[in-house]
Amino acid sequence: MAKAALVIPEIPFQSRGLDRKQTWWERLRKGDEVVHLITLAGGWSILVITALLVQHLWVYSRLSRHAFGWHFLVDSTWDPVNGVFGAWPFVYGTVVTSLLALAISIPIGLGSAIFLAELAPRKLSNALTFLIELLAAVPSVIYGLIGIFLLIPVLFTVVPYFQKYFGWIPVFNGTFYGVSYFSASIVLSIMVVPFIISISREVLIAVPVSQREAMMALGATKWDVTWRAVVPYARQGIMGSIFLSLARALGETMAVTMVIGNVAQVSTSLMAPGYTIAAVIANEFTEATGDLYLHALIELGLVLFAVTMIFNALARLLMLTMKGHEVVG
Amino acid sequence: MIRRLLALALITTASAFAQQISLTGAGSTFAYPLYSSWSSHYHAVDPKVEVNYQSIGSGGGIRQLIEGTVEFGATDGPMTNEQLAEAQQKRGTAILHFPTALGAAMPSYNVLGVTATLKFTPAALAGIYLGKITKWNDPEIQGPNPGVRLPNANIVVIHRSDGSGTTYTWADYLSKVSPEWKSKVGVGTSVNWPVGLGGKGNEGVAGLIRRIPNSIGYIELIYAVQNHILYGDVKNSSGNFIKADLNSVTAAAAGATKTMPADFRVSITDAPGADAYPISTYTWLLIPEKLNDMTKAKALKAFLRWGLTTGQQYCGPLTYAPLPAAVVQKELLQMNKLQY
Repeated sequence: MAKAALVIPEIPFQSRGLDRKQTWWERLRKGDEVVHLITLAGGWSILVITALLVQHLWVYSRLSRHAFGWHFLVDSTWDPVNGVFGAWPFVYGTVVTSLLALAISIPIGLGSAIFLAELAPRKLSNALTFLIELLAAVPSVIYGLIGIFLLIPVLFTVVPYFQKYFGWIPVFNGTFYGVSYFSASIVLSIMVVPFIISISREVLIAVPVSQREAMMALGATKWDVTWRAVVPYARQGIMGSIFLSLARALGETMAVTMVIGNVAQVSTSLMAPGYTIAAVIANEFTEATGDLYLHALIELGLVLFAVTMIFNALARLLMLTMKGHEVVG
Repeated sequence: MIRRLLALALITTASAFAQQISLTGAGSTFAYPLYSSWSSHYHAVDPKVEVNYQSIGSGGGIRQLIEGTVEFGATDGPMTNEQLAEAQQKRGTAILHFPTALGAAMPSYNVLGVTATLKFTPAALAGIYLGKITKWNDPEIQGPNPGVRLPNANIVVIHRSDGSGTTYTWADYLSKVSPEWKSKVGVGTSVNWPVGLGGKGNEGVAGLIRRIPNSIGYIELIYAVQNHILYGDVKNSSGNFIKADLNSVTAAAAGATKTMPADFRVSITDAPGADAYPISTYTWLLIPEKLNDMTKAKALKAFLRWGLTTGQQYCGPLTYAPLPAAVVQKELLQMNKLQY
């Protein structure tokens, strides 16, 4: 199914009576070469910026890399006074909050996107989409404030009841202070849901009518058309929206630091306070004195970069295997 | 005609720029309101001089000063010997510390059913922050507060999550009153906290205290006064329980004046004096002994002299404790060391 969409009809190039080959100068004057150069420069700049970023993170983290080596990733002590640095609590917090945020936001986001694209009247859909895109533009500190002033008081009343019945499960036990991995994940999920909805809705709407008609011709119900023809067709775009959300969740700083508790520890309980990589960098960078301390913070940046890369790579692999199934199926 | 006008405009702007002397400084966020107030008031004294102060944090200020990208730095914790040596090596000049104002950190709390001002002993604060004292009705806390019914509840400890001079002062104080804190945790703008939750900035700590029952945290004097936050008294080295205010903080500086080292790099936590508030601190301007640009150097020196004398009157309204007169005298003498 997906293959058919990739066939692009060839538009015959109109030669306008020129049978000789154009010189470079002519092409430049006609604009082709200019556009080529500009777009090429744009493409290269991405590579150059990324390379410079990695190079800087690598060079300015050397003291910390030499001092701690791979232990940096697995050690849990973060002691600026004695110059002992380990990133594990931050890596753990980053991964846990981001994944939990996605687990919450994917069903909500995908559900709303399907509703807006397939079921809602077009007028309502457009109005709601406008609001959702507005949500995506809200600065993250506002979400942090919403977390502190709205979410945490609500959690303070809800969580103790919840813990009374489910507290025996390790991921829910322990004292709840309001600030926790769980609170941070909820705030993150609210922040990324607009991305999932907005992009997924666009790709769902872009699915050709022929796909729907083909499914209907087979006698499918409306839901069957949506779930078995439209959503699979748009799968790649939906996955794209999810990865974008994941990237935002991994790197989010301000909103997370306001609701996670900022404690450099590893807890199995989601109700416990924790810390994330982006949050600790933002918190400690300005007042960091001493080269090793600074290099350790920059190495955290490098680790965050690596975590993002690994997640992206895993996502690509996942897509590849899904495509494989499709061919076999 | 147009060309002539343009030339005229160019000449006038050029001469305007030539007259302006711009001094750039960077560092402490704690002292930012004071220096920006100084900067605007000093403009009336000497309109030629433009003081730009960027509040990027003490650590950043020290780094920029060492790199030579700013004329002066500002910090809440004195520079270390290694940093001074690095500045000497990179810039070929010594860096002098000049105390400009005083701040303090105090314990703030939210205990269910308690509206009274609590009294804290050094042992109680150290015990709470080490995680040794875990209940509000612990004898160490209950002892000095006989009239208050403290609950049998767990203490939730709150500290700053961002690196800050307030944390430095707090940890410095605990190091002086508790050998265990000194060996286990130590002093820094960020430390490896044995217990507790982190809040970003004074507002983050105050917010957590307000929201979490039975919690305790430390906040900066200015923030506490301006936001009318309840905070406790602390027992000083003379055995008196002192409420932090501008007078008791200045008293701590006065008490520590006798033992003031020649380079002014002094901690005034747990200072002697019957009225001294024990968790007080200086904030410093960092001035290079030599500067290449003589015009700028002269302007900087004049600005510093003004700040230490006339500028002190702007401390009070901004809730900074002003310097004791004896310290100002010592600093004016120290200014003779500046080679410009």
